[in-house]
Amino acid sequence: MPVIETKGLTYTYPSGTKPALEDVSITIERGEFVVLTGPSGCGKTTLCRCFNGLVPHFYGGKLKGDVLVTGLNVRDHSIYELARHVGLVFQNPENQLFALSVEKDVAFGLENLGMLREKMKKRVDWALQITGIEELRERAPHELSGGQQQRVAIACVLAMQPDVMVLDEPTSFLDPLGAQRIFEVINELNKNLGITVVLVEHRLDLAARYADHVIIMDEGRVMLDGKPREIFRLEKARLMGIGIPKATRLYQILEKNGVNLGKVPITSEEATQILKEVLSSD
Amino acid sequence: MIEVKNVSFTYPNGVEALHEVSLTIRDGEFVAIMGQNGAGKTTLVKHFNGLLKPTKGEVVVDGVNTKEASVAALSRKVGFVFQNPDHQLFSETVEDEIAFALKNFGFEEDVIKKRVDWALNLLDLKKYRKTSPFMLSGGERKRVALASVLAWDPKAIILDEPTIGQDQNQKDVLQQFIAQLVAQRKTVVIVTHDVEFVAECNPKIVLMADGKILAEGSAKKILTNPHLLAKASIVLPQIAQIFSGLVGLGLPTDVINIHEAEKALLDFMEAKP
Repeated sequence: MPVIETKGLTYTYPSGTKPALEDVSITIERGEFVVLTGPSGCGKTTLCRCFNGLVPHFYGGKLKGDVLVTGLNVRDHSIYELARHVGLVFQNPENQLFALSVEKDVAFGLENLGMLREKMKKRVDWALQITGIEELRERAPHELSGGQQQRVAIACVLAMQPDVMVLDEPTSFLDPLGAQRIFEVINELNKNLGITVVLVEHRLDLAARYADHVIIMDEGRVMLDGKPREIFRLEKARLMGIGIPKATRLYQILEKNGVNLGKVPITSEEATQILKEVLSSD
Repeated sequence: MIEVKNVSFTYPNGVEALHEVSLTIRDGEFVAIMGQNGAGKTTLVKHFNGLLKPTKGEVVVDGVNTKEASVAALSRKVGFVFQNPDHQLFSETVEDEIAFALKNFGFEEDVIKKRVDWALNLLDLKKYRKTSPFMLSGGERKRVALASVLAWDPKAIILDEPTIGQDQNQKDVLQQFIAQLVAQRKTVVIVTHDVEFVAECNPKIVLMADGKILAEGSAKKILTNPHLLAKASIVLPQIAQIFSGLVGLGLPTDVINIHEAEKALLDFMEAKP
């Protein structure tokens, strides 16, 4: 059973004159690392809001078609129930953190579930350890750097042990190294714990290497959906102006000039390797 | 245009954000100030229009020492566009927003009208003339903030993290727009850690870390030096990364963007027997 499935999903916000999502049908399998991208205003944030029931329960509006999360139809289940399965991390961690200490913030969701104290303590320790912020446990979240805050936000969601973690541009306020560290943490959660990841991201140069499934949206519709190497090499992907990885862009340019590299590179390392072979073989 | 002489700056809480920084930005120059979060980039550029005054040393803008001029007078010469447009927008309509500073600077009514029309046109905002800035998307609000600064025609424009939250299309538009400003002999300073954007635009780079200037030079020179960039916690642009692995083959070593890469690779293959 897929962990998330949408079928003919069309959604219009209460104030909207046209649908924010139009006939979206996607399938996300358990354990996948999905990168969801597209130009600003393409509907990717709205789609994420469907995964934990914020759409339609909180935002209202008109929803057609179906959204199934671990088999549960979001229409028939509350945000509270869905939160056990889907954790959402936002762009700006400041909007998500509010407690006086990191530890309390991470424990907050568990308290709401009515978890026993001993179990809760273990769970908090575990989440802090995995995100590498044990030494910050007593600190006030608002005193931390942007990168540290984003780790705390991830720990809060991780502590709930969701099936799926949805992260909406979690690094846009971070510098490239800070962003890379966050992506590494997310990747470890995916590879070591098997948590399904849906990452909404513009910075494909940094994020694409972790993905095994890419979905590209534009104007509320899914335009491309498949494996990263198959998707990014398409001319259509470039024309959508999503900033495909430069390594893949080089592949496209050379292909246009009659040079086929054989393999499609996503990362700089791969491009170097492939170019080395091609350029020194002649 | 802007001369920073041996400037140190300490915030009231005791944190020294700049330490003995010296820098000259010439009239009509295009400069990118780069470094990781907390390196002192924003603190430095806030000295350019007098928002901050040095604790030690001095800053001279268009011949005027910033200690002897008001922020208003300096802003007339140096326009500042903040990272977060919400820190500078407050009017009820886009049109009022753009007119606001012009009124403050004492422009005539008919000049204001012309300038507002010009700025709305330039940044493709005409259809939002009567709209509240807060109804617009983040990218559009950034354009309104930029329009309101350009309207008073400052000699220099500072853009703080202009690419944050912008998709590739919007970045391409921004790049073209900066090129236009540079062609009009404006001094343009961008503060950024977006190394891919800088590699495409090719400005002069000032690299900062820990409140100091680590290096200054052309984008080609700075962005192909991994040791230097590591000190500023900046990663090489992807194209420079790819080419740094190909040094042994006889390809040029100073390739930083996709256009240069295309040319270098095709030239290389053509030259082969």
